[in-house]
Amino acid sequence: MKKQHRIAMAVAALLLVALYFLPIWSIALEAPQYPEGIGLDIYINTIEGKQPQDLQNINGLNHYIGMKEIQPDSIAELKYMPPIIAFLIVTGLVVAFWGNKKWVLAWLIFFILLAIVGLVDFYLWEYDYGHNLDPNAAIKVPGMTYQPPLIGSKALLNFNAISLPHTGFFFALSSMVLSGLVWWREGKTDTEK
Amino acid sequence: MKPAKYKTLLWGLPVVVILSLLMYGCPSQQQLGSTADAAQKVYVAPGEYDEFYGFMSGGYSGQLSVYGIPSGRHLYTIPVFSQEATNAYGYSEESKPMLNTTHGFVPWGDSHHPELSQTDGVPDGRWIFINENNTPRIARINLSTFTTDEIIEIPNSAGNHASSFVTPNTEYVSAATRFSIPMDDENLNNEDVPISEYKEHFKGTLSFIKVNDEGKMEVDFQILVPGFNYDLSHSGKGPSDGWAFFTSYNSEQAHTLLEVNASKNDKDFIAAVNWRKAAEYAAAGEGRMVKGKHYRNYVDHNTHTSKSEVIEEVRVLDPSELEGIIYFLPTPKSPHGVDVDPSGQYIVAGGKLSTVIPVHSFEKMEQAIENEDFEGEIDGIPVLNYDSILHGEVENPGLGPLHTEFDDRGNAYTTAFISSEIVKWDLETTQVVDRIATYYSPGHLMIPGGDSRKPWGKYLVSLNKITKDRYLPTGPELFHSAQLIDISGEKMQLLLDFPTEGEPHYAQAIPADIVRQNQVKFYKLEDNNHPDAVKAEDETRVVRDGNEVHVYMSTIRTHFAPDNIEGIKVGDKVYFHVTNLEQDWDIPHGFAVKGMNNSELLVMPGETRTITWEPKQVGVIPFYCTDFCSALHQEMQGYVRVSPRNSNVEISYGTGQ
Repeated sequence: MKKQHRIAMAVAALLLVALYFLPIWSIALEAPQYPEGIGLDIYINTIEGKQPQDLQNINGLNHYIGMKEIQPDSIAELKYMPPIIAFLIVTGLVVAFWGNKKWVLAWLIFFILLAIVGLVDFYLWEYDYGHNLDPNAAIKVPGMTYQPPLIGSKALLNFNAISLPHTGFFFALSSMVLSGLVWWREGKTDTEK
Repeated sequence: MKPAKYKTLLWGLPVVVILSLLMYGCPSQQQLGSTADAAQKVYVAPGEYDEFYGFMSGGYSGQLSVYGIPSGRHLYTIPVFSQEATNAYGYSEESKPMLNTTHGFVPWGDSHHPELSQTDGVPDGRWIFINENNTPRIARINLSTFTTDEIIEIPNSAGNHASSFVTPNTEYVSAATRFSIPMDDENLNNEDVPISEYKEHFKGTLSFIKVNDEGKMEVDFQILVPGFNYDLSHSGKGPSDGWAFFTSYNSEQAHTLLEVNASKNDKDFIAAVNWRKAAEYAAAGEGRMVKGKHYRNYVDHNTHTSKSEVIEEVRVLDPSELEGIIYFLPTPKSPHGVDVDPSGQYIVAGGKLSTVIPVHSFEKMEQAIENEDFEGEIDGIPVLNYDSILHGEVENPGLGPLHTEFDDRGNAYTTAFISSEIVKWDLETTQVVDRIATYYSPGHLMIPGGDSRKPWGKYLVSLNKITKDRYLPTGPELFHSAQLIDISGEKMQLLLDFPTEGEPHYAQAIPADIVRQNQVKFYKLEDNNHPDAVKAEDETRVVRDGNEVHVYMSTIRTHFAPDNIEGIKVGDKVYFHVTNLEQDWDIPHGFAVKGMNNSELLVMPGETRTITWEPKQVGVIPFYCTDFCSALHQEMQGYVRVSPRNSNVEISYGTGQ
């Protein structure tokens, strides 16, 4: 591989370091009583309120409709994600230093598969929270479920839930695009030869 | 021919009718135009904020009311010197110590003059101080939570009226005796003497309360002064920084029928105090320590709990022994307000029985002191020569001038109580330039920053003493009335009337942004170190300790834990320690027990409050949340089973079992 492609590949791997600091997904809730806003930021290793108290307040609101409490400590995915991302970073760097075009493609495919699995898992998690309701809940609306959208907005009783990728997601996307470019440009270089 | 002529005249009649209608219509049209203009100036659209926070003393309510300006909307009332059953201030165990004094627990106070803390002579929005006239005290209110943080009692004082005015960097807050009292020579203790021996025994004190960077107050020194009535005060600024001015009346030293006997002298005095020099004397250990027991009550923010401490001694400076700390400026006729203009150059007195407003010049005062231009001496205090210190007299200022505030364009505004008007005059020329009627009989007036170095000279609020027909009547007792006046133009313009709680003596206002940005929305549960707090429901419990039962209870939407309690007996003293586990803005929970000889609790998110209950009747007693907290608020209730004194029902409790 060309030197500049190796550098680009290393950058692609290192972009993923941002995932340890920036949220990948955001769920914002809008309601008249919350003029200051309320919502959650999802990181690879935790779920935090947009304000420190938001998680407690969302759990408080959710108990009326019988949703399970969101307890970041008991969500397995948040434990698996950090080592998986670490694996991606390390293998990405290995590919950058010693790899070739094929290795770049293999890394990229693994990354894309991982992203798809992640999104599916996130959807299933949302489905479970939104559908698996306590039969003793104070508020029961026949036929109503509370699954937040994977992406976009949805009205859930008095709340409008808006689910969107956050900054961390765009770092991951940039990493993906950059490694894709490396593979593509490397292919061109080959043909030119 | 003749009839035809008349006919033409008749043709003209409609013209006359239309013209006269127009002329009749014109004035009311104009008035309508100006009313619409005024309405626009005070209109704060739904969801929008007022330009200024206004703080109006509650007077005999003992509290401090907060209003939005220019809308006149009542935003909040801060409990200060009186118990407030609404939120258990002075009822809860955590807040009761705030009202401790050397006379015991005093449930009521007469608040008078709020003043914002200042930095470089400009209101800074950290705290607001307010004095209590009846049982002399000064309170400091925290403007990030709008709660009373500290109350200090003023020893050797009675009728703390000339208070609580701050120095330009909040080094000191002032206090003084409106009612002189007998003071023994050794310890200034009040004495059992015939009232008729007033001149012999009665004295006054001017007190300087030091404020440290955290706001903690301490009586640094008191200056012993002749037995007059000390009425109002203001600090110097700019060139006069380092001085404070106190009006006095009753230099006649009357002790009965003061309305006649204290109105005889042509001139009383403004006491000019060189507080910086006095502070130096105090720091150097001059004067003497006397027994002057007083309370300092303060909130421990770690536990949200107020505590009392007793201070036994106080330093007294005697001006007959320590030179240069105080001078008397002769001032006509029982002066009330004393106000220093933004430049710090002019000292304006409101001689309430005077036909002029005297304006003293600070520069001339300093010269007179240097030249020893004295016309006499009272108890070792030099009396300066009136003519040597006068800048000018405002002629024809209205009847009964009381108080003056300033704008940032060189104008002064004085209330005239008797002629019920506000008079605008030019500080340099002392000429009256405008006047406007008020409804009725203004006492104090307030311009945002109008007693500081930086007036925001857009609005003026007149704080009127008499209301009568201004609003829909409410029987014999009426709220006082305030009037908002636009002072941004040449002519003053009346914009709005609004009723005010209690009796607003003085008031203060500050641009809203300065205070708004510091607001606390709720208390962090993790920072709540109250010894009786519960941080989670699994910590809630009921513990018997002899006749005392402690209920460690939590509230969160929408239940109490525990909400069923048994094993309480007649004759027990039950302490409900209620922690509000909510961590959300504006979600307090209330707590009330049927028949409790006490107030309710209103517990802010993250806070712990304790109320005591001594059940007297056997039965099952309900309790409930009083603040509509959520859709299931009506479900937020519980029961306490009260058994006979000799019963052996064990303590048991729970929620949801």
